[in-house]
Amino acid sequence: MSALLTVNDLRVRFPTRTGVIEAVRGVSFTLGRERLGIVGESGSGKSQTGRAIMGLTPSHAEVTAKTLSFGGIDLLSAPPKVRRDLRGKRIAMILQDPKYSLNPVMSIGRQIVETLRRHESVSRSEARERALDMLAAVQIRDPARVFDLYPHEVSGGMGQRAMIAMMLVAGPELLIADEPTSALDVTVQLEVLSILDKLVADRGMGLIFISHDLRLVSSFCDRVLVMYAGRIVEEIAASDLASAKHPYTQGLLNCMPVIGADRHPLPVLDRKPEWAL
Amino acid sequence: MTTAVSVQNLTVRYDDFKALDAVGVDVAAGESFGLVGESGSGKSTLLRAVAGLAPVAEGTIRVEDQQLQGARRDKAFYRSVQMVFQDPYGSLHPRQTVDRQLLEPLAIHGVGDGERRILKALDEVGLGSGFRFRYPHQLSGGQRQRIAIARALILEPSILLLDEPTSALDASVQAEVLNLLEQVRRDRKLTFIMVSHDLGVVTHMCDRLAVMQNGRVVERLSSADLVAGRIGEDYTRNLMLASKGFRRG
Ligand SMILES: Nc1ncnc2c1ncn2[C@@H]1O[C@H](COP(=O)(O)OP(=O)(O)O)[C@@H](O)[C@H]1O
Ligand SMILES: Nc1ncnc2c1ncn2[C@@H]1O[C@H](COP(=O)(O)OP(=O)(O)O)[C@@H](O)[C@H]1O
Ligand SMILES: [Mg+2]
Ligand SMILES: [Mg+2]
Repeated sequence: MSALLTVNDLRVRFPTRTGVIEAVRGVSFTLGRERLGIVGESGSGKSQTGRAIMGLTPSHAEVTAKTLSFGGIDLLSAPPKVRRDLRGKRIAMILQDPKYSLNPVMSIGRQIVETLRRHESVSRSEARERALDMLAAVQIRDPARVFDLYPHEVSGGMGQRAMIAMMLVAGPELLIADEPTSALDVTVQLEVLSILDKLVADRGMGLIFISHDLRLVSSFCDRVLVMYAGRIVEEIAASDLASAKHPYTQGLLNCMPVIGADRHPLPVLDRKPEWAL
Repeated sequence: MTTAVSVQNLTVRYDDFKALDAVGVDVAAGESFGLVGESGSGKSTLLRAVAGLAPVAEGTIRVEDQQLQGARRDKAFYRSVQMVFQDPYGSLHPRQTVDRQLLEPLAIHGVGDGERRILKALDEVGLGSGFRFRYPHQLSGGQRQRIAIARALILEPSILLLDEPTSALDASVQAEVLNLLEQVRRDRKLTFIMVSHDLGVVTHMCDRLAVMQNGRVVERLSSADLVAGRIGEDYTRNLMLASKGFRRG
């Protein structure tokens, strides 16, 4: 598989008054047109990894890498305009909560249309058509009605779908989804996942799926990176998860209550200092 | 067996909207009872109604054989019933030390011996006395939830209402908090009513459960029946199916 994205020794550092926080400490992986999961506990550096690829690291932080390239473009040396143009057009990111990504005072349809027209010169009527198609593609039943609604007028699940539509309307090659379904009910969660799944399959998109839910990730992705304290401690095919080698990965799997398993008390993680070395 | 909490025909209305619609639930003393269902189905409203925090339009709520009137709850009520919420950040006071937050319920109820009780409560939730003078922002999410549990336990209630107590926590921390809750339930012979969207958590923690949808209880069953697939309603079956993760095509 040819690499869409190459990440080699990515580091993200936050200088603070009390010293430097190393949020990402030497992450390396390549991504093709596949579904890659990144899992780990909160604070392990998943979001900062995604944001660094996207070019959305807070400005006071420092990003370095031996290689950070997308489609042959060296992202770290690329001028800001090149990165801005990539964002939304060729690389898109969806976040956990649509509230932070949707503009509350603009109708959903108009937001999708404006996103598209920012990246492609298409006529107003064609943009509208594409927006409606996109709303249909994320399985919104009545696209024409939802087009004119405002974010507060739709449910959480529908807001999340509208945001996915907005992120995907320009046809990105890489989608970074950061906990895209964590705020949703399980049943809605699965609907959103199958929409993403179909888009990956139909459009040949690469997907980085960030989540704290190891079981969900392994049921959805081809490959999983397990992060601990800013590093990848294990990379594993999702189908092999049950035979994970790192005690952290095993611990994460074991500590979840499983329907039908009677384990009292639940096993807890016994963290070892050497995991963070 | 005596009944700890009995809710009959309970309706809660917000203007024209029925958040609860003729709900009935009986929870025996010492039992751990679960509430599941999609968001907006009324789970939190049911706990809040018991705690006197939701506008009851119809129906009755009895707690340990006392019939409760409207939304009024006397001091004695809070000595038997305490609540723990999903977000310990929201329920702890950001500018008060752990010590003050644990002292407050004791002061309100005129309970003496604060020092010893606070140390005992901290010990019981697995936090040493070193945490006593910290502020919430100096604690991790799991530690904050332990403090919220310590505060709920400090008046030695017999019933805990737990609203998604581990939903905001990492799986590893969730396991620790669930173990803690089971431990205190055993030690103190507590009754739990626990809301969770995670069927794994509910079947792990609870003997029986009620499945809610649109403000109604659509099914009551034991965890054993749920696990064995002895399910009466499609809605419950779908929840169960969804909890098994993503399946392609
Ligand atoms: N603005 C910031 N300033 C300082 N440290 C930060 C900042 N943002 C994130 N961090 C630190 O980076 C680490 C990784 O964060 P993040 O990537 O958000 O974790 P995750 O997404 O895995 O929960 C955390 O330890 C966090 O404290
Ligand atoms: N204070 C309130 N005012 C108006 N509607 C409310 C209020 N509290 C809850 N509701 C509504 O009642 C329904 C049930 O809410 P809730 O009990 O919080 O659901 P759950 O906990 O099952 O997710 C929801 O539709 C919610 O919007
Ligand atoms: Mg994150
Ligand atoms: Mg709730």
